[in-house]
Amino acid sequence: MIHLIPGNLFQLNLHTRKNKKAMSERIIAGAPVNVNEEGFMTDFRQWNQTIGTELAREADLTLSPRHWQVIEYLQTEYRNEVPLSIRKIGKSGVVDIKEFYQLFPNAPLKTAAKIAGIPKPASCI
Amino acid sequence: MSDQNGKLKKMMIILSKATLDNVYAAFVLANGARMEGIDAEMFFTFFGLEAVHKERLEHLHVATVGNPAMHMPTMIGGLPGMEAFATRMMKKEMEQLDMPEVLEFLDILKASGVKLWACKLAMDMFHFKQDDLYEDLDGVLTVGDFYQRSSGEGVQMLFI
Repeated sequence: MIHLIPGNLFQLNLHTRKNKKAMSERIIAGAPVNVNEEGFMTDFRQWNQTIGTELAREADLTLSPRHWQVIEYLQTEYRNEVPLSIRKIGKSGVVDIKEFYQLFPNAPLKTAAKIAGIPKPASCI
Repeated sequence: MSDQNGKLKKMMIILSKATLDNVYAAFVLANGARMEGIDAEMFFTFFGLEAVHKERLEHLHVATVGNPAMHMPTMIGGLPGMEAFATRMMKKEMEQLDMPEVLEFLDILKASGVKLWACKLAMDMFHFKQDDLYEDLDGVLTVGDFYQRSSGEGVQMLFI
């Protein structure tokens, strides 16, 4: 029996991996949207401002014109394939780091990226 | 476990060394916590104080001696200029990774809401005055004060 265990573990691994990559469709503001397991949109073309507003509401945020400026900046960077980091946000000229944390108090870069409909930033800085 | 469900709420990071790699490790951990919505406080003690010493923080080095991961014989590592060379190489690599310099990193931490504390005992030992230190430092604490600030649920402490 013992020799079966590694195989079982392997299967379990495969299963977890599959789950990690799993994407699902959900309805946001009346529109079907593809999201990953953490709720980040996987197809930016599906994004619109109504969806952004709804995603912000889910993060307990009401978007002000300042929020929108930051979101538009993040989307422009994403379109230009520039990786996002907190340092770049600070140097953007759009918002400084202190205000960024005030606008999106809980995990700012992740939250703002989610609302903007772009992938979760992979930076450690 | 309580209603917290083991959720991490605050990281208390003690930095006791001033080699560049240790300083960056501590800074990245503190910044990373804030980016995840976790509070963070740093306590600079012993040689770690150099990382917040206005003049010295610009001149931190990697250690080339006594560090097997440098893959360099100790005698070579001890040659004049070796530390400066290794430091220059490391800084170049870090710049490519978009890692800020020490002073800029402190500004980022501060703007992100990380609390920065200097250790009173170490300051007395090195004869540092608060004027010698990074100007946005939150203050000088005793170890007891730091423990007080570490109370509550979901708080983890890290010694570097």
